[in-house]
Amino acid sequence: MNRPEVGIAQPAPRGLRRGVRLVVFALLPVFLLGAMIYVFLSSETLLLGPSPVPPEALQRITFERMAFYPGKIVVKVRNTGPGPVQIAQVLVNDAIWAFTVTPAPELSRLAGATITIPYEWIEGDPHEVTVITDAGLVFTEEVDVTTMTPVPGWRYFALFALLGGYVGVIPVFLGLLWFPFLSAVRAYWMEGLLSFTVGLLAFLGLDALKEAFEATEKVGPIFKGEALIALGLFGTFLGLVALGRLNIGEGGDASPSGLRLAYLIALGIGLHNLGEGLAIGGAYQLGEVALGAFLVLGFTIHNTTEGLAIVSPILRRAPARYHFLLLGILAGVPTIAGLWIGGLTYSVPLSVLFLAIGAGAIFQVIYEVVRFQAGGKPVLQMLTMRHNFAGLVAGYVVMYFTGFLIAV
Amino acid sequence: MTFLTAFDYGRVSQLPDGRVRREYTVIALDQEVEVASGVKFPAWTFNGNIPGPTLRCTEGDLVTIHFLNESSMPHTLHFHGFHPANMDGVFEVVPPGSRFSYEFTAEPFGLHLYHCHVMPLKKHIHKGLYGTFIIDPPQPRPKAREMVFVMNGFDTDFDNENEFYTVNGVANFFVEHPIEVRQDEPLRIYLANLTEFDLLNSIHTHATFFKFYRTGTRLDQYEYTDTVMLCQGERGIMEYSYKFPGMFMFHAHQSEFAELGWMGFFKVLPAEGKA
Repeated sequence: MNRPEVGIAQPAPRGLRRGVRLVVFALLPVFLLGAMIYVFLSSETLLLGPSPVPPEALQRITFERMAFYPGKIVVKVRNTGPGPVQIAQVLVNDAIWAFTVTPAPELSRLAGATITIPYEWIEGDPHEVTVITDAGLVFTEEVDVTTMTPVPGWRYFALFALLGGYVGVIPVFLGLLWFPFLSAVRAYWMEGLLSFTVGLLAFLGLDALKEAFEATEKVGPIFKGEALIALGLFGTFLGLVALGRLNIGEGGDASPSGLRLAYLIALGIGLHNLGEGLAIGGAYQLGEVALGAFLVLGFTIHNTTEGLAIVSPILRRAPARYHFLLLGILAGVPTIAGLWIGGLTYSVPLSVLFLAIGAGAIFQVIYEVVRFQAGGKPVLQMLTMRHNFAGLVAGYVVMYFTGFLIAV
Repeated sequence: MTFLTAFDYGRVSQLPDGRVRREYTVIALDQEVEVASGVKFPAWTFNGNIPGPTLRCTEGDLVTIHFLNESSMPHTLHFHGFHPANMDGVFEVVPPGSRFSYEFTAEPFGLHLYHCHVMPLKKHIHKGLYGTFIIDPPQPRPKAREMVFVMNGFDTDFDNENEFYTVNGVANFFVEHPIEVRQDEPLRIYLANLTEFDLLNSIHTHATFFKFYRTGTRLDQYEYTDTVMLCQGERGIMEYSYKFPGMFMFHAHQSEFAELGWMGFFKVLPAEGKA
């Protein structure tokens, strides 16, 4: 008699039981992991025995910043070793020197400290700061050409804005000025020109990646610069590709074209220029580069080609004038922001990340331009057509040689 | 720093023939020492200090040094001076946990050294196994305020280059603790160079000149100078006094060494009655 009722009542507990089972299976590995960690930590020596390497031997100090102010050197360091470390002695150019450390000379793992050294440093000379730890380990950082470190303030704010204008904004607009000429030439030439921009972008992307990898050497291994590069590179690439498809409709195979593509390219180049500004500002601050007129000129010539890349997709149909202004600002102005960030507040892990973001942005631009150009045809077939191949190689080679101008 | 003026004359007894016999105990130990403020150095020491104890006797004494190796490495004691081959501390390596007694007649008088002579020599010496050995002439030198200066270096990160240079084992110790002496007080400094890795070391005294008796083996021959340089293992005796009261620096006249810890001060107090 009761059967139908039972039959109806049963699904509820079964559903509940299923839910409980689900929760149990979701939490079981977490619980076991916790238990394992507990057992391991509470009997560390029991499981692995005492470490054969004395922890002091693995001490490591990473220099994050060297700043030179009148009558003093200020050094930011971080403990990037596996255990605690103590700053016992500080040497400047191989001489024991007086110093103060804030907050304290004892640094726990990953802790940072600021060492202030009263020192009459000499403009233009190399200076080497050495930290000797309690275990007698020696860590040294050298600045090849010492210059006064910019102090955040209107003077440097304006200087970096001006510099950014020269190396980032003006060149992009100069490139945009080719528009009337380029829109008048034949389609054959235009395609070759697009390939030319791909070639120069490829150079920029590889260059940014190289710089990012170089910068990782300054990051303590604990911050895993390579992982930061992967994050910046792939994150930016995929993020921008997704952004470009936002309004086209998901799953739609169409790739952005025309003005939309121009904006995407401008954004990508802008991100790249942000990284470039950061690198120049950081180098300027670290005294690693004397930004002479020649170097500024080099960057200007180098970056003029970026304007080309932006206008290439809109040559067939000229947009309203204000678009050119917006495109130029989007691509060029981030250089100034980069200079401000890099020159006034320097962080190595951050600059690695930004350089990688710049590289990711460039590769995204390449991806979009190539897809646009191929228009559904096989990419390799398009790229190996005579005029495209010539453009590609020419773009890369032009970058290679203008790159000579900015070699430090 | 007690080392500066500490002399170990040994346990003295009389031999049947009337000669003096001195017995010393030297123990090799593995131990951490502070070589500069806050910097610990995993050292090998004789009697717990770098340099080892200053052993002192008179020419002609029969000396016996009981050497106990309580370190984890094999070591020896090698003395400069006349002694039989089996007392030379080169072939008779003393393994950890064992002992060896060196015995010889102390000669010639002068300022000598002792150090471990186990290979690799560079390692065993720079780790701290050395000290000075003074053999006084039968007719004692004139009375003076006596001190020992052992110039050395420390390679704290083991890259065969010194991070610190010191006199008597602690960088800048006598900058922070100037040595107090009196104006016109006769001073005698037993100076030895045990610096490893670098070819030379030197000393320069400010505002004074000293008589420098090389190796201390002659009483009538000296150089009159304010700067001398010594090779590793060279030593000599300085005799002088300060003409004026005040703070006077002394340091290696290699600026590099001076600025890496080999520097100090004499605080010269006015002569009694002149204050």
